[in-house]
Amino acid sequence: MEKITTHTGIGVPLRQSNVDTDQIIPAVYLKRITRTGFEDALFAGWRKDSSFILNQEPFSKGSVLVAGPDFGTGSSREHAVWALKDYGFKAVLSSRFADIFRGNSGKQGLVAAEVAQSDIELIWKEIENHPGTEVTVDLEARTVTCGSIIAPFAIDDYTRWRLIEGLDDIGLTLQHEEEVTAFEAQRPAFKPTTLPARYS
Amino acid sequence: MAAHQAAQTLAEKVWNAHVVRKGDGAGAARQPDLIYIDLHLVHEVTSPQAFEGLRLAGRPLRRPDLTIATEDHNTPTLDIDKPIADLTSRTQIETLRKNCAEFGVRLHSLGDKEQGIVHVVGPQLGLTQPGMTVVCGDSHTSTHGAFGALAFGIGTSEVEHVMATQSLSLKPFKTMSINVEGTLKPGVTAKDIILAVIAKIGTGGGQGYVLEYRGSAIRALSMDARMTICNMSIEAGARAGMIAPDATTYDYLKGRPHAPQGADWDSAVAEWDTLATDEGANFDAEVFLDADTLEPFVTWGTNPGQGVSLSETVPAPEDFEDENARAACERALEYMDLKAGTPMKEIRVDTVFLGSCTNSRMEDLRAAAAIIQGREKDPEIRMIVVPGSARVRLEAEAEGLDKIFKDFGAEWRFAGCSMCLGMNPDQLAEGERCASTSNRNFEGRQGKGGRTHLVSPLVAAATAIRGTLSSPSDLDAPAASAKAA
Repeated sequence: MEKITTHTGIGVPLRQSNVDTDQIIPAVYLKRITRTGFEDALFAGWRKDSSFILNQEPFSKGSVLVAGPDFGTGSSREHAVWALKDYGFKAVLSSRFADIFRGNSGKQGLVAAEVAQSDIELIWKEIENHPGTEVTVDLEARTVTCGSIIAPFAIDDYTRWRLIEGLDDIGLTLQHEEEVTAFEAQRPAFKPTTLPARYS
Repeated sequence: MAAHQAAQTLAEKVWNAHVVRKGDGAGAARQPDLIYIDLHLVHEVTSPQAFEGLRLAGRPLRRPDLTIATEDHNTPTLDIDKPIADLTSRTQIETLRKNCAEFGVRLHSLGDKEQGIVHVVGPQLGLTQPGMTVVCGDSHTSTHGAFGALAFGIGTSEVEHVMATQSLSLKPFKTMSINVEGTLKPGVTAKDIILAVIAKIGTGGGQGYVLEYRGSAIRALSMDARMTICNMSIEAGARAGMIAPDATTYDYLKGRPHAPQGADWDSAVAEWDTLATDEGANFDAEVFLDADTLEPFVTWGTNPGQGVSLSETVPAPEDFEDENARAACERALEYMDLKAGTPMKEIRVDTVFLGSCTNSRMEDLRAAAAIIQGREKDPEIRMIVVPGSARVRLEAEAEGLDKIFKDFGAEWRFAGCSMCLGMNPDQLAEGERCASTSNRNFEGRQGKGGRTHLVSPLVAAATAIRGTLSSPSDLDAPAASAKAA
């Protein structure tokens, strides 16, 4: 996973609460076999409407999504995080995230920053009045900066640490690779292996 | 250290034997343990993104020799020598083939003698053994717990984690004992036990637990039957279900391709003999079920907990005190197009499906064949028989079971998950009603608008004869004129 300490990009206002994962990525796209290439699937239903925010310049080039409360509710599909990342989003700001979505984000290196709704409102005004305004998400300082607005955000210590270090779960486990190897060395000899293949 | 080892359950023993690294902290703040995985089963649906994840990170698959793949969810059960007609399904299968070739994973493809449902293939090859940790990107991995293995389903990110590290970070489970004492009446099977357990504890009753099935009725079961029980642990909300290994387990394993041989066999048995739950070990919860009074059990609703004895009637919403259960009943009756008070035995079905990782093994096919032999199928009923693996199909054919099914008018298919979830062309039509030996009666599971009643292979067979949900005891003696196969 890429290390993230700070990210600056165009803020995209999404004035909606309860943006569920079915809206983020409709079920029809889950049949795909790849973990990448979901950018066209992101908000696929809403993007058919030409007035949707991602169909407007310069928001189509945005990388910080500023959403209403209860973002990412519904299904556990990790595809929702993949679609946001593939489109180019590095961070989502909301006053409340669904637990599973928040967990999936942490696994995939998308910053889910919990920002007070009053600050979200201020940022919405700023990026709507001055389209193209950049938002900076600083994981070290745990602050979001947009124009003259500086707001704190919450993220759990463990996830923040993993994001800053650029560690995914696999990366973390691989830090203990020697212990895995040591464990393997003392496994009983009678335990089966699939190779070489034996047949009945 | 205490002078004596505290009494432990089967699940705790297997867990403790696989801790690579204990999580720091205690109580609720305890971090996950790193648990070693002995066997990783792979299929086409939940693996492509995991393989791609490895590729993107430039990581190898750590232990191809502890990994095995098969094609099951998408595979057709007819014309398997022709290219798969559904392009999405074909792509997913072809992707698995490419991935397995690239990462050195053993794969049993459609047409191979060892191909089949992943949870039938593992045990049949002797790869599933007592005391192991077994995972797969499929919730019915609980099946392998029948051997005294700790086996559970995982998500795609965890699939990738196991591929890369042969381990998983996990918080310890709680343990629940399911005691089934007594003797099953003729015509009552493992499927009826597990459906009754789920109806008793509910579809969420096992959440956070590993279930251990115990008692004289469990000990008396064959391995095929034990697999049926452990398979549906997930339908009670438990990620895993286990049964302590015993002589039945060892008899099943001995001589299988990947079972230990020679001196290794003796070492293995010596270790397996230590796995059973110690006297005085504590379970976090206990459930008791009387095998003597159990009857054939069937579902009437749209979750596996909505079941009754076959001799009972469809319940009414008012029968449930809990408000959510009442609302669920109301919704289920509407979807299932059933009226409260209707005797279960008067419910007429269109299709009978004998198959799935729950009930597609030799014993299941033999039991159903013994019922239908010499009897006539209801002419309106479509019956599909899908062996769990190519090997099961071959064995059944060697015994002449295929002929019994075909003479009866049933369709004898190639191995796969088939109509259990309808990812391949085997689906119910809108409004069709099915007596199914599978594991989930969710809305639309077997096809959009399809209606599922979960039943045992014996009830499936009797239902195919009478056309309505039936048990073998409802049948007349076989027609005297019928030719024995």
